[in-house]
Amino acid sequence: MHALIEADGLSKQFGKVEALTELSLTLPAGQPVAILGPNGAGKTTFIRMVATLIQPDRGTLMVSGHDVVRDPMAVRRMIGLAGQSAAVEEMMTGRENLVMVARLYGQGRAEAVASSERILEQMHLVDAADRRVKTYSGGMRRRLDLGASLVGSPRLLLLDEPTTGLDPGSRNEVWDGIRDMSRSGTDILLTTQYLDEADHLAAYIVIIDEGRVVAQGTPDELKSRVGADMVELHTVDVPTMQRAAEVLGALGMTAPSTDAATRRCSLAAPGGSRLLPVVVRALDDAAVPVEDITLRRPTLDEVFLALTGRNTDTDPTSPEEDAA
Amino acid sequence: MTMDITLDRPGPARPVGVAENQGASYLCASGQVAARTLKKNVRTPALIVAGTAQGVLFLLIFRYVFGGAVAHLGNLSYVDFLVPGFVVTGVLFQGMGAASGVADDLEGGLFDRLRSLPIRLLSIITGRVGADSALVAWGVIVMTAVGFAVGFRVGGSTPDALAALGLTILYGFAFVWMFIFMGLAAGSPQAAQGLSFLVFPLSFVSSAYVPVSTMPGWMQGFATNQPMTQMVNTVRLLTGGPAVEQLLGHPVSYYLVPSLLWTVGLVAVFAPLAVWKLKRS
Repeated sequence: MHALIEADGLSKQFGKVEALTELSLTLPAGQPVAILGPNGAGKTTFIRMVATLIQPDRGTLMVSGHDVVRDPMAVRRMIGLAGQSAAVEEMMTGRENLVMVARLYGQGRAEAVASSERILEQMHLVDAADRRVKTYSGGMRRRLDLGASLVGSPRLLLLDEPTTGLDPGSRNEVWDGIRDMSRSGTDILLTTQYLDEADHLAAYIVIIDEGRVVAQGTPDELKSRVGADMVELHTVDVPTMQRAAEVLGALGMTAPSTDAATRRCSLAAPGGSRLLPVVVRALDDAAVPVEDITLRRPTLDEVFLALTGRNTDTDPTSPEEDAA
Repeated sequence: MTMDITLDRPGPARPVGVAENQGASYLCASGQVAARTLKKNVRTPALIVAGTAQGVLFLLIFRYVFGGAVAHLGNLSYVDFLVPGFVVTGVLFQGMGAASGVADDLEGGLFDRLRSLPIRLLSIITGRVGADSALVAWGVIVMTAVGFAVGFRVGGSTPDALAALGLTILYGFAFVWMFIFMGLAAGSPQAAQGLSFLVFPLSFVSSAYVPVSTMPGWMQGFATNQPMTQMVNTVRLLTGGPAVEQLLGHPVSYYLVPSLLWTVGLVAVFAPLAVWKLKRS
C-alpha cells in the first residue's frame, strides 16, 4: 500500500521567494493531517502542489503512488480541493453549484442530483439549497465550498486554510463539517496557521517554516518533544509569588520562572504527575498560600515557539505565497 | 512495514463502491462551464443592460450627432455606411467583458477548483468561449435591430445579409479567444479592464465610423490593414449593394479572405496561449 503523500526534496521558487526548500515528507493514509505554519511558510504552495495546480521546480511528489507531474489526471481523480477563497458561483444556488461540480467529476445527471442532496444534508444547507449563494453568510459559503470538494466522494480532501477569515461561530460550523468527513472515512490534509485548529482537527501535525519541515508527529508527541509538563501556580500578591519561587527553587530541579504581572510561578516538571504532590507538600511546609496550582502539558503555541523561535501570529504583514 | 494504519480509523469505513472519479467528457465539461458563465451573466441583468444601453447610445450619437458631418461617401447614406461598421466593431466592446470575467474567475478561485477536477484544461476555456460568444451574438443581434430602427436598410440580397450577420458573430467568437487569453494573462480584473483599452485603437482607427481616406496618411496604413477594417468592409459589401462597391472599389473576396484568415489566425494563436496560461496560473 502506498503512503498517502510522499514528498522528496520538493523545491519551488516564485521569483526570488523560495516557497519550498527541499521539503521531504511521508504521510500515511487514514488520519487527518494538518500542515501548520505561519504566513509565508509554504503551506499553500505545498497543498497546491498536491492538488496538481503548480509543479515543483525540483523533487518529486507522489499522491497515493501517483506522480503529480507525470500523471496529474490520476491524482485529480481522487482528490477534492477547497481553496482559500470559497470558489462557489454567487449567482447560482447552492444546489446548482454542487450539481455542476458533481457533473464535472463525471457523474450523470440523476447521480449528480442525488449526491448534491446528500451533501446539502451533510453540510446542513438543505433550507438554503435553492437560494442564490449571494445571500449566504461567510460560514455557509465555506460549508458549500467544502461540500463541493466532497461531492465526488474523493479519497483525499485538501483544505487550504478552511477557516481563515471566519468568525468563531462559523469556524465551529466548518470544524464540525470537517470532523464529519473525517469520521466518514475521507483522508484529510489541511493547512492552517491556527494551532488550536490543528489540535482540534488533526491526528497528525506537520509544522513547516520557511519552506521546510520543522517537526512532525501527533499533537501529544509534539508537545512531549518540547519538554516537560509544567507545574503552574498563582498567588494573591507578588511577595507571595517570590516566596513560592524560592520554595520551588529549593526543590533542586530546574529554576522556576515567574511572571509578576499575572503573579504566576511555573516550574518545568519532568516527573509529571509525581512531582505535583511534592510541590504541594513543600509549599504547605513553608506555609506559602497559593490561589491555584495546576499541572499542564505545553500548548502547541509553546511547541511552535520552541521549534521556530517565533510565535505563529508574528509578521501578519508578510503575504501568503499566493503568487502561484 | 506492512502495518495497515487505516484499520485503526475510527467510525465507519469509506462507503463501499466509491470508485475514482472518471471526470466529465470534454463536451460535458465545456457545457457545464458554459452554462455557469451564462447563468452568471443572465442573472446579473445590470451587466447586459448596461452593455446594450451603452451600445445603443453610441449608435444614436454617431448616427445623429456626428453623422451629418461625415462626407466622402459617394452615393451611400451615412446610416448605411455606419451600421455595418458599428455592429462589427461592437463585437470588441461586447467581447472585452470576457477578459475581466475570466480574470474574476481566476481571482475568485473558481479556476483552481476546475483545474483540480479530472477534466481537460481546454474544456474550461472552450466553455468560457462558448458562453462569451453567445453573449457577443446577443449584442450583435440587438445592435443590428437598433440599426434597422434608425434607418439602416439592406441594399443587397437577403442571403448575403444573413451571411454578413453570421460572419460578424464568427468574428466575435474569434476575438473572444483573444480576450480570454488577455484575462488569464492580466492577473486581476482591474488589469484585464486596462488591457481591454486595446479595443479603442482597433475600433476607432478603422473604416468603421469614417472613411479611412479622411485620416492622416501615417494612420491610413494601419487603418486599412487591421482586422476590423477587413470585416467591416466585408459586411458593408454584403449588405450595401452597388453604392458600397462603388465606394470601396473592390469585390467582397478582397476583404473576405483576409477576414477569414484573421479568424483562423486568432483562434490558432490564442487557443494554445490560453491553455498554456491557464496551466501556469
